[in-house]
Parts: sequence; C-alpha cells; structure tokens
Amino acid sequence: MHLPAILPWGAAEGFSKQMLLVLLSVVFIAVFFVLAARKQQLVPGKLQFAGEAAYGFVRNGIAKDIIGGRDFIKYVPLLFSLFFFILVNNIYGAIPVFQLPTFSHVGGAYVLAGLVYVTWIAIGIKKNGLRYFKLATVPSGVPWYILPIVIPIEIISNFVVRPVTHSLRLFATMLAGHLIVMIAGSGIEYLIMQENFLLKGTSVLVLAGAIAMYMLEALIMVLQAYVFTLLTAIYIEGALHADSH
Amino acid sequence: MHQLNISAAAEGDVNPLVPNGWEMLVVFVGFAILFFIVVKYVVPMFEKTFAERAEAIEGGIAKAEKAQAEASAALEEYKQQLTDARTEANRIREEARAEGAQILADLKEKAAAESARITAQAHAQIESERQAAVVSLRAEVGTLATTLAGRIVGESLDDDARAARVVDRFLADLESQNAGAAK
Repeated sequence: MHLPAILPWGAAEGFSKQMLLVLLSVVFIAVFFVLAARKQQLVPGKLQFAGEAAYGFVRNGIAKDIIGGRDFIKYVPLLFSLFFFILVNNIYGAIPVFQLPTFSHVGGAYVLAGLVYVTWIAIGIKKNGLRYFKLATVPSGVPWYILPIVIPIEIISNFVVRPVTHSLRLFATMLAGHLIVMIAGSGIEYLIMQENFLLKGTSVLVLAGAIAMYMLEALIMVLQAYVFTLLTAIYIEGALHADSH
Repeated sequence: MHQLNISAAAEGDVNPLVPNGWEMLVVFVGFAILFFIVVKYVVPMFEKTFAERAEAIEGGIAKAEKAQAEASAALEEYKQQLTDARTEANRIREEARAEGAQILADLKEKAAAESARITAQAHAQIESERQAAVVSLRAEVGTLATTLAGRIVGESLDDDARAARVVDRFLADLESQNAGAAK
C-alpha cells in the first residue's frame, strides 16, 4: 500500500507517502478555505456557505462553546487549523488512492499533541503566572490530609499523562483502523485465491465485514479529529480558568 | 497476507510508538504553514464577513428600533402639546370669564358712582338755587312788605336797622307758622 520513497532524504525511508500526504493536506485545506473566504459577501454563495459552515462549526461549536467569553476568538485559528489538518489527514485513510491516515504514523500525533501541550501551559502561565502550577495541581476544597495523595495524581494526570493520551488516542485509533481495513483486504485476497469454491465464497462475508469496518473507520476518522480539537479547547479553557477549577 | 507483510517491511521492525524524525518535521512544518495561512487569511476574512453580517442585521434592527423610538417620542410630544393646548385654552377661558366679570363689576361700580355723583351734584345745585331764591325772596319780600307797611302805616320805615329787625321778626313768625303748619 505504501508508495516507494521518492527521495533518499537521509532518513531511512526517504520522502515517504506520509510526508507527501501531509503537505498535500496543507494545500487542500488552504486552497479550499482561501477560495471560500476570498469573495466574501453578506449573502454567501455555495462555496462560501460551505466554508462558513465549516469555519462556524469550529468557531461556534468548539471554541465558543468550550472556551467562551470574549477571548475565545484568539484560539479559533489554532483549533480551526488542528481540526481540519487532522480531519483531512485522517480522511486520507478512507480515500482509495491515498489509503493512509497519516496519523497512523505516530510522529505527527506527537508533534500536534506537543504543540498543544506547550500552548496550554504557556496560556496558563501567561494568565495566572507561576501560581498556575499550584492552581493546576492543588484542587481547592480538598481536606489537607488527602492532598499528599491528590497532588501527585493531579501532576501525573495533568502534566504527564495528558499529552501522551492526547497523541496516542489519535495515533492508535488511526493505526488500528488502518490495520483492520488492511487485514480485511488481505483476508479477502487470501480467500479468493483459495481453490475450494466454498472457501472462496466466504470472502463475500469478509467483504461485507470490511465495508462495515470501513464505514466505522470513516466515522472514527471524523470523530477523532473532533475529539482532538475538543480536548485542545478543554485544555486551553482549563488553563485560562485555572483559578475556578 | 503479503500486503500486510509489505506494510510491515515498510515499517521495518521498529516499535510503532517510536516516531520518524523526518515525518515529525514534515508534520510540524506543514502544520506551521497551515496555521500561518489560517491566522493570516482565513480567520480574518471569515471574521470580517461575520462581523459585517452581524452589523448588517443588528444595524437594521437598531435602525428600526431608533425609528420606533422616534415615532413614539413624537407621539408623546404631540400628546403633551395637545394637553398643553387644552390647559392653555381652559386657562384663557377662565381668565376671560374672570376678566369679563371684573369689567362688568367695574362698570357697575362706575355707573353707580356716576349716578351718585350726578345726584349729589343735582342736590347741591338745587340747594344752592333754593338758597339763592330764599335770599332774593327774603330781600324782595322784605322790601315789598316794608314798602307796603310803610304805605299802610304811613310811617317812614326808612330806618334800615329797624326795618330789618321788623322784617326778620315777621319772617321768623312766618317760618314758625309754616313749621307748625307743616307739622
């Protein structure tokens, strides 16, 4: 399924299909939204309407609902970029020629989760100063004798586990989906090659299962893009309003 | 199964959790470019349209509300003016009535004064004429009576003082008789 390496880039695999798809996704998203946003009219055309619906989904459905207040607009570009970057890169897995969700390679997921991690910690420090670490790790209204247990848990869950789960959730779902579809494909091929006619016939059942898994995977691709963006918004909101948590 | 084998070969024997550095770089650069485009062009353009649209709608509503407010203000003003005008009219009517009554009273008073004055003048005139008549009558009657008495008595009654005394006494007698008769 993988394209051969295009250039021997010093890395073991050279310029891989995954890299090409990542760069293509940037082009797709940028071209679509710049075109949709270019000729702005009060009464939108079809393309502009589609662009506005997509933009409004992230702006109002995620940024405004989760972060709220007057500040949410500052974080819309990040959330918007994340959502559509992940969405397009995931959807590759469901498109026949591309057939590779790029986040099934863990590096991309690490990069995005790392960017988000740095971002929300920076927001927390900017908003609350160094007191932010106390606010984020010492929950208010907890009896003092429980604090020795709660504080390490908070530190681990907020500052250690959070970026790991954030990245691995995306990576693992994409890899698993990719593998399932691929295994189903291989299974169909294997069964069709069999001499036994009945055994050959069972490949139809596998095909039905593969189509169902493909649909499920397509849903998960969209869902994971949404989940990743939603979690980013929740982390930013938590950093902004650390004193009220 | 050979496809899976190809995939596994492409992945190598590496742990899938260990990232490829070049892939990370490409994702980072790609995302950075996308983020830059979004910040620079996409979000400002969409936000501008959203703001313009909101303004167009809210502006229309605000304009309508303003017109409504102006209309009701004008109505209120007209009502106020109407009330004022009514009050004014009532006041003027009251004033006119009071003024009319005043004028009437003044005129009456003036007429009464005038009539009183005329009456008094007439009285005074009558009194003075009567006085003058009395004086002239007294003189004439005295002269006539004296002359008459002189002729009758044949005695000169030229002595004025005596004559006057006699006339006075006579007249006094006359008056007392008159007074008694009047009673």
